[in-house]
Amino acid sequence: MDCYTANWNPLGDSAFYRKYELYSMDWDLKEELRDCLVAAAPYGGPIALLRNPWRKEKAASVRPVLDIYSASGMPLASLLWKSGPVVSLGWSAEEELLCVQEDGAVLVYGLHGDFRRHFSMGNEVLQNRVLDARIFHTEFGSGVAILTGAHRFTLSANVGDLKLRRMPEVPGLQSAPSCWTALCQDRVAHILLAVGPDLYLLDHAACSAVTPPGLAPGVSSFLQMAVSFTYRHLALFTDTGYIWMGTASLKEKLCEFNCNIRAPPKQMVWCSRPRSKERAVVVAWERRLMVVGDAPESIQFVLDEDSYLVPELDGVRIFSHSTHEFLHEVPAASEEIFKIASMAPGALLLEAQKEYEKESQKADEYLREIQELGQLTQAVQQCIEAAGHEHQPDMQKSLLRAASFGKCFLDRFPPDSFVHMCQDLRVLNAVRDYHIGIPLTYSQYKQLTIQVLLDRLVLRRLYPLAIQICEYLRLPEVQGVSRILAHWACYKVQQKDVSDEDVARAINQKLGDTPGVSYSDIAARAYGCGRTELAIKLLEYEPRSGEQVPLLLKMKRSKLALSKAIESGDTDLVFTVLLHLKNELNRGDFFMTLRNQPMALSLYRQFCKHQELETLKDLYNQDDNHQELGSFHIRASYAAEERIEGRVAALQTAADAFYKAKNEFAAKATEDQMRLLRLQRRLEDELGGQFLDLSLHDTVTTLILGGHNKRAEQLARDFRIPDKRLWWLKLTALADLEDWEELEKFSKSKKSPIGYLPFVEICMKQHNKYEAKKYASRVGPEQKVKALLLVGDVAQAADVAIEHRNEAELSLVLSHCTGATDGATADKIQRARAQAQKK
Amino acid sequence: MAFPHRPDAPELPDFSMLKRLARDQLIYLLEQLPGKKDLFIEADLMSPLDRIANVSILKQHEVDKLYKVENKPALSSSEQLCFLVRPRIKNMRYIASLVNADKLAGRTRKYKVIFSPQKFYACEMVLEEEGIYGDVSCDEWAFSLLPLDVDLLSMELPEFFRDYFLEGDQRWINTVAQALHLLSTLYGPFPNCYGIGRCAKMAYELWRNLEEEEDGETKGRRPEIGHIFLLDRDVDFVTALCSQVVYEGLVDDTFRIKCGSVDFGPEVTSCDKSLKVLLNAEDKVFNEIRNEHFSNVFGFLSQKARNLQAQYDRRRGMDIKQMKNFVSQELKGLKQEHRLLSLHIGACESIMKKKTKQDFQELIKTEHALLEGFNIRESTSYIEEHIDRQVSPIESLRLMCLLSITENGLIPKDYRSLKTQYLQSYGPEHLLTFSNLRRAGLLTEQAPGDTLTAVESKVSKLVTDKAAGKITDAFSSLAKRSNFRAISKKLNLIPRVDGEYDLKVPRDMAYVFSGAYVPLSCRIIEQVLERRSWQGLDEVVRLLNCSDFAFTVRCWRRSP
Repeated sequence: MDCYTANWNPLGDSAFYRKYELYSMDWDLKEELRDCLVAAAPYGGPIALLRNPWRKEKAASVRPVLDIYSASGMPLASLLWKSGPVVSLGWSAEEELLCVQEDGAVLVYGLHGDFRRHFSMGNEVLQNRVLDARIFHTEFGSGVAILTGAHRFTLSANVGDLKLRRMPEVPGLQSAPSCWTALCQDRVAHILLAVGPDLYLLDHAACSAVTPPGLAPGVSSFLQMAVSFTYRHLALFTDTGYIWMGTASLKEKLCEFNCNIRAPPKQMVWCSRPRSKERAVVVAWERRLMVVGDAPESIQFVLDEDSYLVPELDGVRIFSHSTHEFLHEVPAASEEIFKIASMAPGALLLEAQKEYEKESQKADEYLREIQELGQLTQAVQQCIEAAGHEHQPDMQKSLLRAASFGKCFLDRFPPDSFVHMCQDLRVLNAVRDYHIGIPLTYSQYKQLTIQVLLDRLVLRRLYPLAIQICEYLRLPEVQGVSRILAHWACYKVQQKDVSDEDVARAINQKLGDTPGVSYSDIAARAYGCGRTELAIKLLEYEPRSGEQVPLLLKMKRSKLALSKAIESGDTDLVFTVLLHLKNELNRGDFFMTLRNQPMALSLYRQFCKHQELETLKDLYNQDDNHQELGSFHIRASYAAEERIEGRVAALQTAADAFYKAKNEFAAKATEDQMRLLRLQRRLEDELGGQFLDLSLHDTVTTLILGGHNKRAEQLARDFRIPDKRLWWLKLTALADLEDWEELEKFSKSKKSPIGYLPFVEICMKQHNKYEAKKYASRVGPEQKVKALLLVGDVAQAADVAIEHRNEAELSLVLSHCTGATDGATADKIQRARAQAQKK
Repeated sequence: MAFPHRPDAPELPDFSMLKRLARDQLIYLLEQLPGKKDLFIEADLMSPLDRIANVSILKQHEVDKLYKVENKPALSSSEQLCFLVRPRIKNMRYIASLVNADKLAGRTRKYKVIFSPQKFYACEMVLEEEGIYGDVSCDEWAFSLLPLDVDLLSMELPEFFRDYFLEGDQRWINTVAQALHLLSTLYGPFPNCYGIGRCAKMAYELWRNLEEEEDGETKGRRPEIGHIFLLDRDVDFVTALCSQVVYEGLVDDTFRIKCGSVDFGPEVTSCDKSLKVLLNAEDKVFNEIRNEHFSNVFGFLSQKARNLQAQYDRRRGMDIKQMKNFVSQELKGLKQEHRLLSLHIGACESIMKKKTKQDFQELIKTEHALLEGFNIRESTSYIEEHIDRQVSPIESLRLMCLLSITENGLIPKDYRSLKTQYLQSYGPEHLLTFSNLRRAGLLTEQAPGDTLTAVESKVSKLVTDKAAGKITDAFSSLAKRSNFRAISKKLNLIPRVDGEYDLKVPRDMAYVFSGAYVPLSCRIIEQVLERRSWQGLDEVVRLLNCSDFAFTVRCWRRSP
């Protein structure tokens, strides 16, 4: 145990720094790091190396190789560089490799060396060439800053949404700045540059000279500057070997250090931990590594090999030809527990647990000591926290065991922190594995979040591990397993050497009906790779037919899309496809397609009815649907035509169509209508008044009401109006005219086909009891009672009813008897009833 | 109806929630267009809107003037126009004409179109074709269910019938599915679901897709709605074609109940202006007589009047304190009741006057004869006379359709002669009406037996095929026979009565048609609920031509 703190190096009184090995690199580096352009992504990301042949005077004839390795040195990709000279490499936040070329073009590659896209940093950059470039990270994404040959800066704060900003000129700048960096403050990107003894800050609008407060005198040039991971702090290295450390706003000095080395350092990076008060920078020369902070002494390491520093959120990664190490400030919890002779509760608990395992009674003593101080909860928390910061699983285990041991003596210790730490460590250990090579620390992991970590695993095509993690952490399927499976499937469809059937089957086997997986998305990806057949096969697995349609349309499988749309029952979707088809196919084919899809056809008809009447006609013609054609023309005769000739013509077309449809009735009716129309027109001309569009019945009525009886009779004969109708018609019309004389004449013209009760009724309706009585006598026997009652002759009605011996009639009469006047009648009926019953 | 007589009946779900939901959404949409605006409302939507948000609510949200959407140029001078319309192409063209007229006049205003209950792609298409898609903003007011009463919801979608059953257009089925989805989200999952008819089945399937997509939070909820029954209108045309004889039905016949409210004219209100009256369970008088056979209503009302008088009379013997009590507590209620009573008595009088004028008894007699299948010839000549006398175009058609459906179509001779008579009476344009009725299967010609069954079997073969299952072509209705007589026998729709049917104490549902006929759809629901499935009703289902479209689903959700 005593040796545990052996790699701890004190800096000042309060902080320790330690450096431990993450991996021993067995990458097969052919080049020295110093000869290469190097880029390593933060959060344990991949490393890209491009041997830089352009730096030398003579351009090498061989093309350089771009190699991408995982943090553990496992090769991920290797490709021959075929484009122009590269000035700088860098990783974006999405772990895409940005290669800035001399001509200002930025080429974007994926983790596996797959070319993604490229963009240009603008004409000005193209003309003046790129002198230097930096890739930096902001809250929007990743940015690129470029120093051109004309000593001007151009930057884009987010390469995902490229907006180029040309920074203002630095007055009097004749040569390249000795050092510069991109700064991000208040969501705006700035450039800080050093020219001789002066510092300038460039923002979008202006260039301002700045002076760091408390800078030691005698500085004639700044050799190196470093901004911390969070852009909060800035360090400057001067040609006097003096290091100034302060806030990035240049408002406050934190500390300074004089290392007395005047040689320009190779790299300088910040090494601090979030929420820690300690500030330190790591400076690297060829063979020397120095950690300096607010202390008179520095920590010094000797570098055996050419090394490269990667700033991280909570420390610095240092990799070289053979090793990959991590240098950081020892976290507070670990320090408390492991500091030599520490009496912190966590340290005692760890001790207690060890004694307990040895079955020593000392365990009890230690425990009592903690409990007496009432610090057991704190002890457990300390152990849990410290476990998180340990890299070695053995040490994690013993700390967690201690925590678990301590927990037993606590009543109510919420288990969450312990459980979560166990889970997190398990995930971390898994991804730190040599084969995976993502050396995340606990703080980095928490900052990155599990979702992003999963994304990064997916990006590395480590689908099984990602799924295992999801299952282990019990993430909801939609966010977890389904999402990863979908990514996997999208990758799978890109495997060109596997047949469509096999891919489709493999995908379906894996995915099944996993919720949240959209087969149409995968199919879209397959189509994007030019595998249309595979896309169609995949779409078959899509349960929601509506989802299949847009892609099918895109793939020009419109007919299939149409049947899928119909299956979905979504008429909007059907309509979308229809319009597509209409533009895509010629009219004939389009109609034929419709013909086989009645649902689509009726939908389209509805649309045509309002928007494209001619098309509707064509549709009916195409189907030889003469019945509907006839109806169509009849409608047209009302809606489209004003003139009588036009209307008749439309009706004629309709009648022809009805004949073709073998609908003689409709044809005849239409012909009658034509005749009627013409006639009504004539009547209007000759008699004046309104006749057009009256029904036949109303036409005749209007004639009678106008006193044109002859014409009415003629019309009735011409159109073969049945007798009954004519009688009803005349009766009503004459009564309306109150032409009682004519009515009587009419009633006597021959025997009424509708009987005489209607005569009685209509007279009573006009309140002419006198006339009504005339007809009541002529009403046939079955309706006599009713007629008599109508005219109010209750007594006679009773007589008739008695005569008929009809029970229903008797009661009808009885119900009409009013007590005062018809008492006698009522008695008579009662008597008749009684008699009838006797019999 | 809830079960007013059963104390153990579960409480009704709170359907007013639907109203609040619709209102809030509408207000939200109106607020999307801040500032003063004129609102153009489609005539069809006026009554439903009135039930959701009255004018003062609209005014509160800065609606300045209200206009009806009609084919006239708008006189509105507002800078912002808002249109509340159904998704119809006709409306789009109206809006387009307005916007284009403004454009010609060099005027720029803000336009917003709110579609209710949803927008259709075709509408946006038309807006685009008319060149104004960029000038208007479109929104949806997903107002699909209007609570008409405490126990009655309506989609208020009158075009559904025409669009689906006549034109074969399925656009509204999705709307139905969404309404069902809304119901199940608000009132918990439905434990039992039954349906019959092609449309019912499609609606059900679409709805289930919706539910599955959303993967419910409703899972663990206590269901407030026990049974859902989806029934296609064409399963039971007969009931809708019969004259109504209960009070509410007659009020509807005479005055037209729109969205649960009715306009009583001066002849009812016995003053010189007409009055809009909400007819629902809150109207105590109405609630007691709405489902009574009309012959009982008068007696009931006069009894009620006497009771009321007695209540008033009580005050005679009162001392001051009692009187004070009476005035402050009871008088208002009594006055309210008094007002309602006189309204309904007025309505009754109007109904009586109208019905006796039209030989209502004869009409009912004919209908009953048709339902029972007696004296078909006599009924046919009654219908003919009805047409000849031009009593009412719609009534004549109703009778013809009833004849057609009960008799499996008219015999060719009658089919022609009735149609001829009808055209002569009511105008030749009704040729189109007949063509439509034939397509919808409401008024058809008896076809010689053999060919029919051939077509029928062909169609049913088509129908079993999955893709073809979604077809609603016009042809299927041609081959569809109503089989009313056989169904009637199977389900015992015509009660055999010895002696007088006592309408005061009805024995069965037939009382709503004076004891002559049990409504088919109600009988089906009764039978299925008794069996809790379609089991044993195979023959009926076959006769209804719905063999492939009857379904029962119980707890189709995996239990949580």
